[in-house]
Amino acid sequence: MRNPLTWLRRNLVVIAGLGTLAYMILPNVVVTVFSFNNPTGRFNYAWQEFSLDAWKDPCGVADMCGSLSLSLQIALWSTLVATALGTAIAFALVRYRFRARGAVNSLIFLPMAMPEIVMAASLLALFLNMGIQLGFWTILIAHIMFCLSFVVAAVKARVLSMDPRLEEAARDLYAGPVQTFVRVTLPIAAPGIAAGALLSFALSFDDFIITNFNSGNTVTFPMFVWGSAQRGTPVQINVIGTAMFVIAVLVVLAGQMVGNRRKKAQPK
Amino acid sequence: MTTTAAPPQAPASTEPPVHKASLRKRLVPYWLLLPGILWLLVFFVLPMVYQASTSVQTGSLEEGFQVTWHFGTYWDAFTEYYPQFLRSLLYAGTATALCLLLGYPLAYLIAFKAGRWRNLLLVLVIAPFFTSFLIRTLAWKTILADGGPVVAVLNNIGFLDVTSWLGMTEGDRVLATPLAVVCGLTYNFLPFMILPLYSSLERIDTRLHEAAGDLYARPATVFRKVTFPLSMPGVVSGTLLTFIPASGDYVNAELLGSTDTRMIGNVIQSQYLRILDYPTAAALSFILMAIVLIMVTIYIRRAGTEDLV
Repeated sequence: MRNPLTWLRRNLVVIAGLGTLAYMILPNVVVTVFSFNNPTGRFNYAWQEFSLDAWKDPCGVADMCGSLSLSLQIALWSTLVATALGTAIAFALVRYRFRARGAVNSLIFLPMAMPEIVMAASLLALFLNMGIQLGFWTILIAHIMFCLSFVVAAVKARVLSMDPRLEEAARDLYAGPVQTFVRVTLPIAAPGIAAGALLSFALSFDDFIITNFNSGNTVTFPMFVWGSAQRGTPVQINVIGTAMFVIAVLVVLAGQMVGNRRKKAQPK
Repeated sequence: MTTTAAPPQAPASTEPPVHKASLRKRLVPYWLLLPGILWLLVFFVLPMVYQASTSVQTGSLEEGFQVTWHFGTYWDAFTEYYPQFLRSLLYAGTATALCLLLGYPLAYLIAFKAGRWRNLLLVLVIAPFFTSFLIRTLAWKTILADGGPVVAVLNNIGFLDVTSWLGMTEGDRVLATPLAVVCGLTYNFLPFMILPLYSSLERIDTRLHEAAGDLYARPATVFRKVTFPLSMPGVVSGTLLTFIPASGDYVNAELLGSTDTRMIGNVIQSQYLRILDYPTAAALSFILMAIVLIMVTIYIRRAGTEDLV
């Protein structure tokens, strides 16, 4: 560290990268800090004084925890359905040659290559024209639709990198098709399926644009937050935001620890 | 019926089962595809058809809408809202460029320099996905608040003079200006840039860097001639994953902007949900889709990585 200028130039990438990371983490820090705020007035945008009230009573706001549990239900159901349908599509695309394969590939890709608002608006056009009541079911239908492509992409990537000889070996050892699938194929594809499921849970839970168009009077958690930006933001929103961040970090870290242990247990 | 007449082992009777089995085998991919593809056809393709039909309807909410093949709606919608279209493309384009500029060093850092910190950094990039993005976007209201520390620093270093000269801010305010909207868009879509960049950088064999160094290339040259070209797939998919959603976003413009920063997403949203002028809303949404698809196609052609997906 003789010349500070040389040191700066050598570590430019590290400094710039950490700067970006700070930019990305800053709002989470603000959300966490403001969850301990005791704001005056309806909005929680300026710091007043330290308080634990919101953490003691996270569900103390009318309708907030109801919207949270609704979002969780929708996210769970759409993850379940989208993962099942998407995994089947991914296997068909990777493992079989059939007519219309190109068309299917483009159909899967299109929802990801389109601004979300276009899909949101067109679904609304369908529901309006068919006179379908907007609510829980229309939200669920929409979420399954846009999560599907992401599951296919995640599972496809994993199945593509899988060695087909492992399944051949299983068949050579007289495993039936079901046994081969359950004992060999599924465990190898599992990380891809898990990644797809996790992604679709996060996407569904956090979706605002498509839900905004197709929810009618039903209020999911993002809809609640959106409404609160107009009516007044309770501190409890920050509590939930902080808790979600902490839980996400813990889940990801736990997942990685399990992955590392597996890797150590069976060296390749 | 002569079922008992033919013994099971007779050569004549083994033929049909084999045929049946192979037919069943050939049908497997179609059975696997059926539910998912049906879902997409009914809830993705069919809605587009309905929206297309809505866009050529005329009428009012009270009297009902009728398909009259009135294509004039497209022209009227475009001429009335082209400033919002231009603004959306400008904001989304700026945010994408900023994402690339900010995201590249971080992706590079994680891929090549992080060592044992790599997993932690990746978690910190992914974790925001799980916190509601609306809550995080609202946090920017606090960060960029009038007279707050961030605005004061930007003012003192003369940054706001530059941005107001560019028309991005007004006076010593940041909130409710284009800068705030672009800042929010950049923040929202950064992970979508960083992850593809990281995965393409991670695949690069670092021995190529050593080889370039052995051939007396300076670090900047190594980056320009080896690293960056090899990371092109990540650059292309990252910019697409950032630009496409950003061009249709209306959350940032609504929460951080003002009426002067309305993007086309805000217009479509209010036409559909508040003004209830469905034909105009449908036409606007199709124009947005066409613009984005055309731009993306040209971009992919020029970037030369068509085998991305």
